[in-house]
Amino acid sequence: MRPRRSRTAAVRVEPSRFAVRDTLSESLAGILQRPARSALTALGTVLGVGTFVAVLGLTATTSSQIDGRFNLLTATEVTVEDIAREQNAFAEPGFPADADLRVERLGGVRHAGVFHTVRLDPATGGVRAAPVGGGAGGGERTDVVAASPGALRAAVPRLCQGRLYDEYHSGTRQRVAVLGSGAAARLGITTLDTGPAVFIGAEPFTVIGIIEDVERKAELLLSVAVPRTTAEEIWGAPGGGGTTMLVATEVGAAQQVARLAPTALRPDHPEYLKAVPPPDPRTLRSGVTSDLEQLFLILAGICLVIGAVGIANTTLVAVLERTGEIGLRRALGARGRHITTQFLAESGALGALGGLVGTSLGTLTVVGVAVVRDWTPVVHPATVATAPLLGLVTGLLAGLYPAWRAARIQPAEALRR
Amino acid sequence: MSTAAPRLQPQLPPPVIEFRQAGLTYPGPPPVPALTACDLTIQHGEFVTVVGPSGSGKSTFLNIVGLLDAPTEGRYLLDGIDTGSLGDHDRTALRGRRIGFVFQSFHLLPHRSALENVAVAMLYNGVPRKERPARAREALVRVGLGHRLAAVPSRLSGGERQRVAIARALVARPSLLLCDEPTGNLDSANADTVLALLDELHDDGMTVLVITHDQEVAAHGGRTVAIRDGVLREQARV
Repeated sequence: MRPRRSRTAAVRVEPSRFAVRDTLSESLAGILQRPARSALTALGTVLGVGTFVAVLGLTATTSSQIDGRFNLLTATEVTVEDIAREQNAFAEPGFPADADLRVERLGGVRHAGVFHTVRLDPATGGVRAAPVGGGAGGGERTDVVAASPGALRAAVPRLCQGRLYDEYHSGTRQRVAVLGSGAAARLGITTLDTGPAVFIGAEPFTVIGIIEDVERKAELLLSVAVPRTTAEEIWGAPGGGGTTMLVATEVGAAQQVARLAPTALRPDHPEYLKAVPPPDPRTLRSGVTSDLEQLFLILAGICLVIGAVGIANTTLVAVLERTGEIGLRRALGARGRHITTQFLAESGALGALGGLVGTSLGTLTVVGVAVVRDWTPVVHPATVATAPLLGLVTGLLAGLYPAWRAARIQPAEALRR
Repeated sequence: MSTAAPRLQPQLPPPVIEFRQAGLTYPGPPPVPALTACDLTIQHGEFVTVVGPSGSGKSTFLNIVGLLDAPTEGRYLLDGIDTGSLGDHDRTALRGRRIGFVFQSFHLLPHRSALENVAVAMLYNGVPRKERPARAREALVRVGLGHRLAAVPSRLSGGERQRVAIARALVARPSLLLCDEPTGNLDSANADTVLALLDELHDDGMTVLVITHDQEVAAHGGRTVAIRDGVLREQARV
């Protein structure tokens, strides 16, 4: 029987201390006493944290490149597609006759218009600068686009000659055409002074303008644009699904316009129309990053786990090797807690050092790739700040078990070694 | 056993070590008596050797005196403090402050210099960081190693290593120098140097307790206690 401890006789003994600074210096000495082993132990953390930083840095860098492709033009463009036939085989065309007007009434809309490509009967021929059989025709096929005046304006054209057709031409189904510069060159039309005409099939159209360039729908430059109403009168309405609406919006209004447009156009069947807003840079970024990033982050996680196992293993071996030292420290007045702290500090410092080196290597990787690709390297400060902490936490977690084991070693037993 | 401890006057300091029917039995099963209950008093400034063959209970005695183990019966007072009344933390702190250990196998940190090895003894007992190098240097000079401050253990002879260990034991200014086979790993020349150093320290007033199996070493003490089969017995000097 051990004698009962008498609480009344308790004597105050000044407790053992292990200052933070001493903990750090002792752990550093512990690491440096076997530098090669420490370096190899930290390698797993270096790889894990390095991969982590490189993955996040590279995805941030590539995302910023994608962001660069976003400009004012794409951010203010909405297209509305006619999907009525997909919803209901017997449905009428999705766009009403006054589609332009309905959408242009919405707040934030600058121009809106419907267009479709006219399917010409091959028998009647394509677009020519002279009547059928009259020679001068483009050797290459020239598309005919039936576009409402709003659609032409929404394409933001720059005219080199003449003018665009307007609501009057459209309302009265005038046979007028606006040529793209490519189409005009193909058809041999260089001036409007002579009042040139083009023949689409057998129908003559007066050319009232030549577009030099467009900001949207570059295909217009190789096409002949005619009023949609005129085209429908001559060739009939297009078969299901061929019609599209182009909407130019104010900055920041595109998403809302895209939400409202189908209802404004077809309050009875908004589902017949599908509005396509410009891609949200955030969704695009996450779309690009999610797959690869997840894969690489998993790899980084695996590296970290391997690193942690490495640290745990080495620290455990160190604890067994240094049993005598542990006994000595206990004899010199160290409490079990001090031993735990020292070994935890050693594994934590190894992890943190690995994390620091890994962060540096990861950042260098991002910079290297960016330099080779002529990109601007982007590494978020949060990544650089948290990465060494990740190493530290890995080291601390890895050191928990060995440090616990170290504290449980009985000094009398340890000193016999 | 009974010791002829002199009756102290109240104004005198308490004995460094006082066993009052202290003994230890390992619980087993079956229970193994390792140290039979005994009385032993060691006063300040004494040089006592405890001698006994292997398996006689020397280590158990050392562990109890060094606060590495607690007696299962009786009381053990260190500097008048009843160690049975202390919790683990207090026992650890008391060990660090009052007892300087010297081990047979030195237990030096292999990658640290002599100076650092000595300074380690001040890590846990509140000696300010700034004072440590000077105190460590002083202790090493005291044991005659003022010229080997920066040497790592592998560059030191066995005798020098043990002197570093003695310096480490001294540096915290303990009440008791507790030596476990201090010459066990040394050749006779180095052993003589170490024993001479212990004599010097004793002459300077240090209380020294040496535990050994070697009768020659035991003869160095001013007083010898024999231990056999867990029983301590004062040995008459011839």
